[in-house]
Amino acid sequence: MTVLAVADHRRGQLRDVSYELVTAGRELADDLGGDLHVACVSGDVDGFADDLSLDGVDTIHTVDHGEEFNHDVYLQVVEVLDAELDPTVVLMPNSVNGLDYAPAVASALDRPLVTDAVELAFEDGLVATREMYASKVETTIETDAERVAVTIRGGEWPPAEDHGDPAVEPFDLAVDESRVRSRVTGFEEVAGGDVDIGDADVLVSVGRGIEEEENIELVAELADAMGATLSASRPIVDNGWLPKNRQVGQSGKVVTPDVYIAVGISGAVQHVAGMKGSDTIVAINTDPNAPIFDIADYGIVGDLFDVVPALIEEFE
Amino acid sequence: MKVLVTVKEVGEAADDFEIDGLDIAAEYLEYDLNEWDEYAVEAAVQLVEAGHADEVVSVTIGPERTEETIRMALAKGVDRAVRVWDDAIAGAGLLDVEAKARLLEAVVAEEEPDLVLTGVQANDDGFGATGVALAERVGYEWAAVVNDLELDGEVAKVHRELEGGVEEHAEVDLPAVLTIQTGINEPRYASLRGIRSAQSKEIAPKGLGELGLDAGAVESPLTMTGMYEPETESDATIFEGSAEEAGAELAAVLREKGVGAE
Repeated sequence: MTVLAVADHRRGQLRDVSYELVTAGRELADDLGGDLHVACVSGDVDGFADDLSLDGVDTIHTVDHGEEFNHDVYLQVVEVLDAELDPTVVLMPNSVNGLDYAPAVASALDRPLVTDAVELAFEDGLVATREMYASKVETTIETDAERVAVTIRGGEWPPAEDHGDPAVEPFDLAVDESRVRSRVTGFEEVAGGDVDIGDADVLVSVGRGIEEEENIELVAELADAMGATLSASRPIVDNGWLPKNRQVGQSGKVVTPDVYIAVGISGAVQHVAGMKGSDTIVAINTDPNAPIFDIADYGIVGDLFDVVPALIEEFE
Repeated sequence: MKVLVTVKEVGEAADDFEIDGLDIAAEYLEYDLNEWDEYAVEAAVQLVEAGHADEVVSVTIGPERTEETIRMALAKGVDRAVRVWDDAIAGAGLLDVEAKARLLEAVVAEEEPDLVLTGVQANDDGFGATGVALAERVGYEWAAVVNDLELDGEVAKVHRELEGGVEEHAEVDLPAVLTIQTGINEPRYASLRGIRSAQSKEIAPKGLGELGLDAGAVESPLTMTGMYEPETESDATIFEGSAEEAGAELAAVLREKGVGAE
């Protein structure tokens, strides 16, 4: 009974979720009374294997093929490792790249797939906790399938840190190039521009609650009165109301200001991932159950169109 | 070229709601077209306008009620729609990723599109996996989390939105399934004329039998066993009172932290 975890990396660096996969994988392997195998596919696989030589890992499989992630390659590698190891659980990250190959792996291997798990256990079968309805509820999903595939949400398990001594086994795989029908042609940093919200000590951040583009001016006024920098959550940038370099979140900028004021932001997990390291977090939102209040230090439950003008008056 | 767009009606929960068994009680849900799918529909319609595509067909999995929502896609320029549902699907419990992919696979086999567009995820169950699972089942190439799309002959040139403000540029051979991220375009509003013309567009209902499937297609090894509101972890200091009173208290705390200091 083994668990196979597939590491995530980009541009030469392991991503944090790789270390979290080790923790989650070890817990499941303990539930199963089995071993934890980790796969490092493409890139500097020897360097990644060094970094992932952690306590709790039994074997690391390295597959030296290409520099960067390619889902066609990952699919083939996991298929072959699956045939070799017959793992009970294949564990992958719920990252952008994870979402680009995990569903194909599950489908090809005829394993049920649970994505974006925030808690996992293995009893008679897998028991996974995941969120629904924009994080308003949690659900438990169970299966008695003998073989499953799971992706885990980043940031939910502590990263494994203690050094260990796993076996490292280079895996020589002849990739079927006729099945590689996608090509990565480059990368682009898209969050550049005149303002770096990562430098700001105080950020006033505006979200979907602002309703209309012209209302952004109200929050800009507040930022101005406070001597703060204006930032935003994803919907504001998607709507073209503010440029991409103002976006806080998983796909935007990760910020750690002294004070972060979230105005009309509900606190979706992708947004929280980008600002939870702020020293002081303030939330202004009409919904007392909005997840942003779970991480806020101070809050006002109220209509931003009443609260923001009152705050502007205080700071002018 | 034919484009197939998968669309889904999703329930959005009110701020205050109650759970009834294994779902949010119906009276607390408002139904709407899944946000990610709106961007996928717009991307498809723009391909027609640019002369790349001749026809856009939408497919949804859902009961008759969902036709009202699906008509929004038709009003925005989708030519016709297929709605997959029957009693066996209704009684199947959790429709997991693979079950949905099996249903959509049958529609792809019938329609033979050159390109399939799906939203990255649905706002209700958030599995984020159906598009890529479908691609693997039908033997199409794919790309997930696409926020820029350009067609060049038999190749789709895409940008994939990675984490941390980085985009990957990639080329994907057609036929392909692309899962579309919000922000790729600006979804249009349905015009009055579009809404009127949508009334006469076809929404073809299809059950399992018509798709050449049986009840086994929607059997899932996954079972939802619990739904609950997460315990609030908030230890925030909440300022009460009128906007002015609460604002004054918050301002005092912020000033102490140096906010607004000249």
